[in-house]
Formats: sequence, C-alpha cells, structure tokens
Amino acid sequence: MINSSLRELSAALSAKKVSAVELATLFLDRIDRLNPGLNAFIALDREKTLAQASAADARLAASAGGPLSGIPLAHKDIFCTQGWRTSCGSKMLENFVAPYDAHVVEKLAAAGMVTLGKLNMDEFAMGSSNETSHFGPVRNPWDVSRVPGGSSGGSAATIAARLAPAATGTDTGGSIRQPAALCGLTGLKPTYGAVSRYGMIAFASSLDQAGPMAKSAEDCALLLTAMAGFDPRDSTSLERPTEDYTRDLEQPLAGLRIGLPGEFFGEGMDDDVRTAVEAALTEYRKLGATTVEVALPNSGLSVPAYYVIAPAEASSNLSRFDGVRYGYRAPEYNDLTEMYSRSRAQGFGAEVKRRILIGTYVLSHGYYDAYYLKAQKIRRLIAADFVEAFRSCDVIMGPTSPSVAFAFGAKSADPVQMYLSDIYTISTNLAGLPGMSLPCGFGANDMPVGLQIIGNWFGEAKMLNVAHQYQKATDWHTRMPETMK
Amino acid sequence: MSLSPEDVSRIALLSRIELSPEERESTRDQLNGILGFIEQLQAVDTTGIEPMAHAVDVVQRLRPDAVTETDRRAEFQAVAPETEAGLYLVPRVVE
Repeated sequence: MINSSLRELSAALSAKKVSAVELATLFLDRIDRLNPGLNAFIALDREKTLAQASAADARLAASAGGPLSGIPLAHKDIFCTQGWRTSCGSKMLENFVAPYDAHVVEKLAAAGMVTLGKLNMDEFAMGSSNETSHFGPVRNPWDVSRVPGGSSGGSAATIAARLAPAATGTDTGGSIRQPAALCGLTGLKPTYGAVSRYGMIAFASSLDQAGPMAKSAEDCALLLTAMAGFDPRDSTSLERPTEDYTRDLEQPLAGLRIGLPGEFFGEGMDDDVRTAVEAALTEYRKLGATTVEVALPNSGLSVPAYYVIAPAEASSNLSRFDGVRYGYRAPEYNDLTEMYSRSRAQGFGAEVKRRILIGTYVLSHGYYDAYYLKAQKIRRLIAADFVEAFRSCDVIMGPTSPSVAFAFGAKSADPVQMYLSDIYTISTNLAGLPGMSLPCGFGANDMPVGLQIIGNWFGEAKMLNVAHQYQKATDWHTRMPETMK
Repeated sequence: MSLSPEDVSRIALLSRIELSPEERESTRDQLNGILGFIEQLQAVDTTGIEPMAHAVDVVQRLRPDAVTETDRRAEFQAVAPETEAGLYLVPRVVE
C-alpha cells in the first residue's frame, strides 16, 4: 500500500478494500516509527486527521468522492492550515495557529484529501538544505548523514520514506525540484500564477509558486489538477480555464524535440549526475524523441540576479513580522523601535536575517537602480533566452542539481556556495516557467539523481506527459530506501 | 564596493534587526561576500532593456467596492502577542 500510486489508492478506497481511516492510520503509524530519525513532520494531530478521514469515508460510502477522496497527504508548513500550528520553520511563528486555510489546503481538503500533518522546511523557505529550520534539519531517508535539499526538504523526505503518498511544496528558486532530486521523487513547479498563493506565507512574491510532490508524474498530474485554478484572493492568480493535467499523459513521445542548453551541461555538474542525466536522454531517444542544442546565454546570471530580487521582495514581505499582530515578541524592550528590532533579531534565524539585510540594502536610497533595477533588466534577458529556445524545442532538459545530496555542514559556512546549489533551477522561476524534477538513476554513494524538465509557459500537461512516458519505461521512481521499509 | 561598519549599522536599523557588536562584524563579512557575488551583474550591458518586475504580463484586477469580509477580529487577535479591548498593545509612542 505504501508504494501504491494515487490511482491505485483511489481504486482500493472505492472498492472498499481499505477505508480512509485505515489508510491514514497506516501512514500515521509509519510516521510514529520513522519520523524521529528524519524530523520531517513538525506538527501531528491524530484526532484531527482521523476525523477528516472519517468524513472522507462517509463521502466515499455515499459515492460522493472524487479521484483524491480519502487519500492522505501532508502540507509544507508554509501553508496556513486552520487550527494547525503554521510555523514556516521559524521561531517567529512557533506559536502561530492559523485562523484560516490557504487556497491550496482548502482545495485539496475539498477534494477529500486527509491531512496527516505539517512538514519541516528551511525557515521562511530560505535554504537549499533544510539546515535553516528552527526545528532542526530534516534528514535524507537515503542516507541520514546527508541533507534532503530545501526548502521543501520535509516534503521530499516524507515521500521518499513513504510517510505519505503526497505532499505540497513551494518553489521560489528550486525549493520543490532540488529536494525532489536529492530524495529521488517527482515534484512540479507550475507556471507562475497557475496556483493561488493565498494563505501561503510569502517569501518572494513574484517568484513563489506552490506545487505537488509525489512518487510519480501521474500522481503529480492528479494533485495539480486539484490545486490549480483561479482565485480572486491572489492578485497574481491567472484567470484561465481549468485544466485536466492528466489529459496528455498517454501521448506517445515520437517527434518530441528536447532542447539541451549547453550552459546546463558545462563545468560545475558532477560526473555521476552527468552520467545519469545522459542515460535518461538516451532513454528518451529510444522513446522517439530527438534532442537539439539550445542556448540560454544569460542563465549564468540567474543566481546573482535572484539574490538581488528574492531578498528585496523578502525584506518587504517579512516586514509584517513586527511582534504586534502575530508572531514572536521579545520579552524586554524600552520603546517601539527596540520592540521591533529585538523581536526580529530573536525571532528570525541567521539566513533569514542575512536576506532581509541584503534586500533592505539593494532597495535603499542610492542603490536601487544599481542593484534592484539592474537585476530586473537581467531577469528580462533570462526570460527572453527561454522564448528563443522554445522556438526550436518542446521541452528543455538538464540536471536539477549539480550534485547528489551533500553531507550536513558541507555548504552551510559559505552562503554563496549554498546559493549555487540552485544554479539549474533559478532561471525557471525568474522567467515564470513550469519545471519539474524526476528521478533518473543513482550517483555517488547510491544517492538519487534528478532529471529536470522545463516546459513552455502553461506547458504543464506536456511536461507531465514527457515525464510519465519515461516513468512507464523505467523504474527509478519506484525505488525506496531499504532502511525505510 | 564593500560595506563599512557604519553601513551595516544603518542597514540593520532600516531592517529593524538588532545586531550585537560581535554580530555586526561577522554580518559585514557575509554581506560583503554576497555583494561581491552579485557585483557581476554590473558588467552586463542592459541598455534599452525594460526591467521585468513580474513573470506574467497582466494588469491589476479590480473588484467592486463592496464589503466581502466578515468580522473575525476575535479570532485574528487570538494569535497576537498583546491585546486589550480589541486593540493591539505596543509601547507608548506619543507622550
């Protein structure tokens, strides 16, 4: 059951082979047994979960369920969930119980999904290793001495260890795709604006996007169909017709043109990652695809441009944490300014403070044009490269991460080294394109390697088709760590 | 360019983040490392390029000027550090 696809679980629930309560209990018991070694879940409430599962059973009994009814999932702790502690991995929100549901949480609950708990993450989604969480790092189920990636590391570890069949994640610079790669699962970041950001704690609003994380592309397609759609409460939510993202899964790949950017296959990628990615491309050629070289000449500027734009937006977004309306307030202060600056000094961790400081600086008087406006111009150059590249291909492929999962502490001393972990994923966010990562083999120390697929704007269904056909021909996505059985 | 200790104090004040004297020095090193890294943007010729603020080119939606929210003050204030009689309490700012 723990390795079943969402469709298999749905069929078992409909046929009354298992109840939603039994399914939730199965996963809650696994969480009790395995989570202490992983630290992926940071909020659990068995009673609440089982009540939601009973309600799903009632709907199923009345044949009023849908394809996701009764299936358990867990939410990244960046999503507000009414009645659950929603911390965003921060001391700042350690005692924050959300008074409302995020749009994504609401939609998945309305689809009948059962919430198992809340998942650990880098503080305010700022990190690529899960080492910045106030609640301690998440461990990679494939090797607990290594990081799971970040910032959706709790979501990735949960799926990899089969503690839940599905999870939500968010991706501002690679935070769904990079942990999916490092933990050997499938994760998708939709086109900017496809999924509402309402109730998703903001980091960098022009880049943040929520998406599904699961074992396979087919599972992600089902989840995305339930998550996406217009929401008037998010001013950047796009008014487009709803889509069935499973519609093209079974299309053959004959004639597919895969663009390979030279910039993604140059120096900087580890040999073991290169070997696995090239083997995947060989498999795609067998499936009838052709590969063409494309150029993304400005993609090398994506990391520095991102580290101007994202901190700038973060410094503005995180100004709401002032110790007045919610969140942490310092115990001692003499005046209002001291109350703000001590609450923020004590409530935020080191990486969050660094980014607020950088963001404040690049937006400050006299530096705005030189840094922020300059980075926004380069953002346009990066996006224009993709427009040009998609003239000659249907999807773009490359590695998700330059290396397999690294050891704890390996990059935490040097922020810039950590930032470079997202070198292949960030340009997608800057352009607003959809991207995904799927497992394509194992590298050094038997750690998973991820293949990245970048789609054209609103090309999620095509991207999922391309991933699904590969997963029908290979079995990398079915592997799970022996120690988690 | 590189930040002076005074620059760091000014940024910390603007950010409303208190830094201890020891933190100020290590923060300065880290911020200078990051600024050194983003400095490479300056070498790019962006003459005539429009800044891109957003991924998707759409205009701000408008809505009818009608009351749509319900009064949930009690719930929202339940998560506040300090309230009294429906008000948020902060240190005195006007003598």
